[in-house]
Amino acid sequence: MEKDIIIDLRNINIALGGQPILQDLSLYIRNKEFITLLGPSGCGKTTTLRIIAGFLQPDEGQVIFDGSDCAGVPPHKRQVNTIFQRYALFPHLNVYKNVAFGLKLAKLSKKELHDRVTEMLALVNLTGFEKRTISSLSGGQQQRVAIARALAVRPRVLLLDEPLGALDLKLRKDMQVELKNIQQQLGVTFVYVTHDQEEALSMSDTIVVMDEGVIQQIGTPKDIYDEPKNAFVADFIGESNIIDGIMLADLKVKFAGMTFTCVDKGFAKNEKVDVVIRPEDVDIVPAARGVLPGTITSATFKGVHYEYIVDVQGFKWMIQSTDAYAVDDVIGIMIDPQEMHVMKKSKYSDLIGDYSSFSDEFDELSNPEEDDDE
Amino acid sequence: MKRRNGFLSTVYAGLIFLFLYLPVAVIVVFSFNSGRTTTNFESFSFYWYVRLFTTNFEAQAALRNTLILALSTAVITVLLGTLAAVGIDRLRRKFTERIALSANNIPLMSPEIVMGISMMMLFIFGGALFNQQFVLGFGTVLLAHITMCLPYVILSVLPKLRQTDPHLAEAAQDLGCSQVMAFFRVTLPSITTGIASAFLITFTLSLDNFVISRFTAGPFTTLPLHIFGQIRMLVRPDMYALTTLIFVMMFLLLLGSNLLQARAAKRQNKHT
Amino acid sequence: MNKRKLPIGAALLNAPFTLWIAIFVLAPLVLVAYFAFTGNDGRFSLEWFEYIFHPARRETYLRMFGDSLLYGATATAISLLLAFPLAHFMAQSKPSVQRVLMLLIMVPMWMNFLIATIAWQSILEYNSGLINNLLAAIGLPRLRMINTPGAAILGMVYNFVPFMILPIYTVMARLNVQLVEAAQDLGASRWQVLRRVIVPLSMPGVMSGIVMVFVPSVSVFFINDRLGGVRLIGDVINQRVLNETNLGAAFSLILMLMILVCMLVLNRMGDREKGAFVT
Repeated sequence: MEKDIIIDLRNINIALGGQPILQDLSLYIRNKEFITLLGPSGCGKTTTLRIIAGFLQPDEGQVIFDGSDCAGVPPHKRQVNTIFQRYALFPHLNVYKNVAFGLKLAKLSKKELHDRVTEMLALVNLTGFEKRTISSLSGGQQQRVAIARALAVRPRVLLLDEPLGALDLKLRKDMQVELKNIQQQLGVTFVYVTHDQEEALSMSDTIVVMDEGVIQQIGTPKDIYDEPKNAFVADFIGESNIIDGIMLADLKVKFAGMTFTCVDKGFAKNEKVDVVIRPEDVDIVPAARGVLPGTITSATFKGVHYEYIVDVQGFKWMIQSTDAYAVDDVIGIMIDPQEMHVMKKSKYSDLIGDYSSFSDEFDELSNPEEDDDE
Repeated sequence: MKRRNGFLSTVYAGLIFLFLYLPVAVIVVFSFNSGRTTTNFESFSFYWYVRLFTTNFEAQAALRNTLILALSTAVITVLLGTLAAVGIDRLRRKFTERIALSANNIPLMSPEIVMGISMMMLFIFGGALFNQQFVLGFGTVLLAHITMCLPYVILSVLPKLRQTDPHLAEAAQDLGCSQVMAFFRVTLPSITTGIASAFLITFTLSLDNFVISRFTAGPFTTLPLHIFGQIRMLVRPDMYALTTLIFVMMFLLLLGSNLLQARAAKRQNKHT
Repeated sequence: MNKRKLPIGAALLNAPFTLWIAIFVLAPLVLVAYFAFTGNDGRFSLEWFEYIFHPARRETYLRMFGDSLLYGATATAISLLLAFPLAHFMAQSKPSVQRVLMLLIMVPMWMNFLIATIAWQSILEYNSGLINNLLAAIGLPRLRMINTPGAAILGMVYNFVPFMILPIYTVMARLNVQLVEAAQDLGASRWQVLRRVIVPLSMPGVMSGIVMVFVPSVSVFFINDRLGGVRLIGDVINQRVLNETNLGAAFSLILMLMILVCMLVLNRMGDREKGAFVT
C-alpha cells in the first residue's frame, strides 16, 4: 500500500494575509483513489488543493509528487489538473477549442488531438457540441466541458474544487454518479473538495474531514460516519445527538442519569466523554418499556420517515422513526449498545449543543454556497 | 428601469437633440454652399470639397499630421495603459490601489488649459536643461496627448480585467501555459473589447484636441490648430467641408464598432 | 495568475505608469507653481501676483475671476437641469433605442469646439445670423442674441452638456428595476419614486457630471469670447502664457486654486447630502 502513494503532503504550513490557513497538515493520497477534502468554508480545503496544483507555495513543508519534491515547479509543469469552482472555461473559445487547449500546448499531432477531443467529448456525453460557444451551454454542460478539458491532457491527478456547487440538486445527484463512473473508468486519482457531507459520503474512497486548517479525521465514509473521532466530525457528518457522559469503566458509560452498556473501552476511569448517538439509531417505544422517558416537542414528516425533537430530561434529542407520534406524546427510548459511540472530549465538545434551537432553514442558511478560504 | 416614456418627455428629448444637432446641420448644409459665407446659402455645390482636395495644401498637411498624431497616440497609449491596468489590477493592497487610481484621476480632473501649459512648461524647462531652445514639435505634442489619454485607457481596460475570472488564467496555466503565455492566450482575449474601445476613445480624443496641442505642438500643425488659424480671420465653408468629412468618418467608425459589438452579442446569445 | 505572490511582478508592471504620471502630470504642476513664483531674473519673486493684484488692475481681475466662477456655475446648473430628464428618458427607453441615443449624444462630441462655436455664431448673429434672417424674412424684428451673457452660456452648455448626460445615464441605466417596483409596491407615487429612489441613487452620476462640466466651464476660453463677448480667466491665460510664461503661470495657479476650492465645497455638500439621505 505504501508504495502506491502518488501525493504526499508533509507538515504543510501556510498563512495568507497574516491568517494561518493550514497548520502542520500531513496527508498522503494513494494512486487511483477518490479522496474528498470535506469541511466548512474557511477550513483550508481549497488552499490545500491550490498547493497541490502549484498556485500557492506553502510557507513550510513539502509536497511530494510521485516520489519527487515539487517545490518551485510551476502549475503548468505539474501532472495535475484542476476543475475550478465556476469551471473557468475560456469564453472566447468554443467547446472543441476549450477541450483542445491543453493538447495544443502539449503539441499533439492534429489527428491525435482531434481523436482525443472527440473521445473526451464522448466520455462526458457532449458529442455534437463541438462548435457551441460556452455561453450557450447550460451549467451542467459547462461542467462537462470543464471535466473533458482537464481530463484531455491525461493528468495523473484531477483536483476538483466544489465542482457541483453551482448545479441544482437533481443535476448534482446525476453528476455525482457520472463523476464516480468516469473516475473508475479512467483510473485517475480524484482529489475532491466539498462542504456537502452527503456528496462526500456517497462518492469517496477516503474522506478527510478538516476544520480551521487542521485535519480532524481521515477514513473511509463508513469509518467517518460510524466512528467519528470527535464532536466536530460527528456533528458535521450527518445528524448526531452528542451527550455529555462519564466512562465508569470499560464497556460502561453513564449519561442522562443512567448507566449503559457500550462497546467502547480504553478510557481512563471516570473520564468525561462525549457520547454520539445517530438519530436513526434510537428506537421509540411506549413510555413504560423505554430506558429513558421523553416528550415529543416537534414532529416533521420527511417523506421516508418522521423527524422528532424529543425532550429527554431537558436535553433535546433528534430521533428519526417511521412510526407516527404527535407533539406532546410521552414516549420511551431504547438504544442498542453498539449504536452508542464514545469519543474523547475535544475543543468542540462545548460548542455543539443539543437540538433545542434546531431548524432546517437555519441549517441551510449557514451552509455557504462557496468556499471563501482562499 | 421600467419603460414608460410619455409624450411630453419624448418631445423634451427631441428638443434636446434638436439643440445638439442644430450646429451640425448648419455645418453640413453650408459646406455645400457655393458662396463664400456661412450665413447666406446661394446654391448647392461641391466647390469647397474640391478645393480642399486640390489646392488647399495646408489643410491637407494638417489633416495628415493629425491622423499620424492620433494613430501614434492611440497605439502607444493603449499599450502603456493596458500594461498599467494589468499592474493596477494586481495591486492587491487597497491602499496602493487607491493611490494609483487617484493619480490616474488627476489628468481627468484638471482643466485642459492647465494641462497644456503645465506640460509646455515641462518641455521648455527640460529643453533649457539640455540647452535646447526649440523643443516643441511632434514629439512633445505626442507626449502630451499620451498623457491626456492614458486615464481613459485605464478606465476602460481595468473594469474588463476586474470582470475577468482570475481562475481563467489559472486554468490556462493548469493546462500547460506559462504565466506570460496565459496572459496572452486567455486574459488578453477577454479584455479585447475594453482595449478596442480604449483605442477608439484615444484616437478621437487626440484627433479632436485643440487646447493641449495649442501649447505643446510648437510649429507642428494639427487640424484643429489649422482651423483655429483660419477662423481667426474670415470663416469660409472649406473648414465646414473638412469638419463634415471628419464627421462622416467618425460616424462610420462608431457605427462599425457598434455593429461589431451587436453582432458579437448576438452570436453569444444564438444558442440560448 | 497568482495574484498574491507577485509583488515584484506588480511593481514592474506599475513602474512605467507611475513614472509617467510623475514626469508628465505631477512635475508639470509643480513647474506651474515654480514659474508663478519666479521673476524674470530667475529668482523667487511675488511680482506676478503683485502685478495681478495691483490696485490699478485689482478690480478688473477680481471681477473677471468672479465672472469665471459665475459663468461656470450657471453653465453647470443649466447642463444639469437639461441632462437629468434626458438621462432618465434614455434609461427608460428600449435597449436598442438606448444604443442609438448614446451614439447620437456622442457624435456631436467629435465636432471640434472651435467649429461648433463658429456655427453657433452664424446662427445667432444680429445682422446676418440664420435666426435673424428667418425672423426678418417673415417680418419680425431682429433679436439681439450674439454678444450677450446668454449666448456665452449657450455655447458652454452646448459643448459640455454631453459630459453631464453620459455619467448620469450610465448610473441610471444600471439602476435595478426592482428598486423602482419595490418603491411602487410600498405605495410611492411616480413623483415620490423619482424623488426618493431615482434621484438619490443617481447622485454619483450627478456628482461626476458636475465635476466634468464645471472644470472645463470655469477654464473656458474662445467660446465665451466669440459668442458672449465676455472675457474670462481662460482667455487671459490663453493669450498671456505664450509670451509671458511666468504671468500665465500665476494666472493658472489662481485658476487651479479656484477649482480646488470649489471641489472641496462640492465634496462637503456631497457628504452632507449623503447624510441627509440616511436620516
